[in-house]
Amino acid sequence: MESYIFILFATLAVASALGMISSRDTVNSALFLVLNLISVAGVFLLLKAQFLAVVQVLVYGGAIMVLFLFVIMLLNLSDEEQMLSRFSIRYAVAFFLGVIVFAQLLYAIASVTGTLPHIHPEMEQVGTVESIGDALFSIYMLPVLVTAVLLTAAVVGALLLAQRKISEKGN
Amino acid sequence: MEMDWYLGLSAVLFTIGVIGVLTRKNAIVIFMCAELMLNSVNLTLVSFSAQLGDVHGQILVFFALCVAAAEAAVGLAIIIAIYRNNLTVDVSRINLLRW
Repeated sequence: MESYIFILFATLAVASALGMISSRDTVNSALFLVLNLISVAGVFLLLKAQFLAVVQVLVYGGAIMVLFLFVIMLLNLSDEEQMLSRFSIRYAVAFFLGVIVFAQLLYAIASVTGTLPHIHPEMEQVGTVESIGDALFSIYMLPVLVTAVLLTAAVVGALLLAQRKISEKGN
Repeated sequence: MEMDWYLGLSAVLFTIGVIGVLTRKNAIVIFMCAELMLNSVNLTLVSFSAQLGDVHGQILVFFALCVAAAEAAVGLAIIIAIYRNNLTVDVSRINLLRW
């Protein structure tokens, strides 16, 4: 049963990723990415990481993708012209490099294959909000605070970068 | 269910992200492909965490999500600033610094 659910989610994830990189419309790409993130959240649930599955849907599928869609709407982009209409050396190079990266990843996986156990029996307790919060707010207290500073800096930096230049009138 | 399948799915998603970054011209789509690659690495971390029964991999994924959120905000602000100057997000036309 678990294998069938995994095959369902994996097929959905790969198909939506392929749809994302081959879609001509930017909005369609963003919606395919939402589908991909939600199916990866389903795989997280299969791995018994409940908290991360929920966070994935809320933060990635909710907040970040809304930001992407908002920027796409703000820029009002037209469709890309002649995206795949002519063969260029770029696609050959991209395919070649993709094959190389995939081969490297498979080589790295093959070095640990067979030695991997199945899902750990204690995983039912590990993936809950309780255990993650326990670890986050005890030994990882300082990284959590640093993350707060990072997010504040990111928001301020984004505002500074995206605002219109007001000082240009003075020059 | 063997763990290799989860790692293989992660490798496939990462490769699709690499091919997307290399082939597309739209800066926003390139950015979304980078998010796809980040997400596949998260899948690897969660699957290793699940087979070891260790919470630390999931903590790392949590921080990676925070950094991804910050990166998305700053990156999209940069794209808006570029669009305001060049009126395009086509990376082949943003060639001011090209040699």
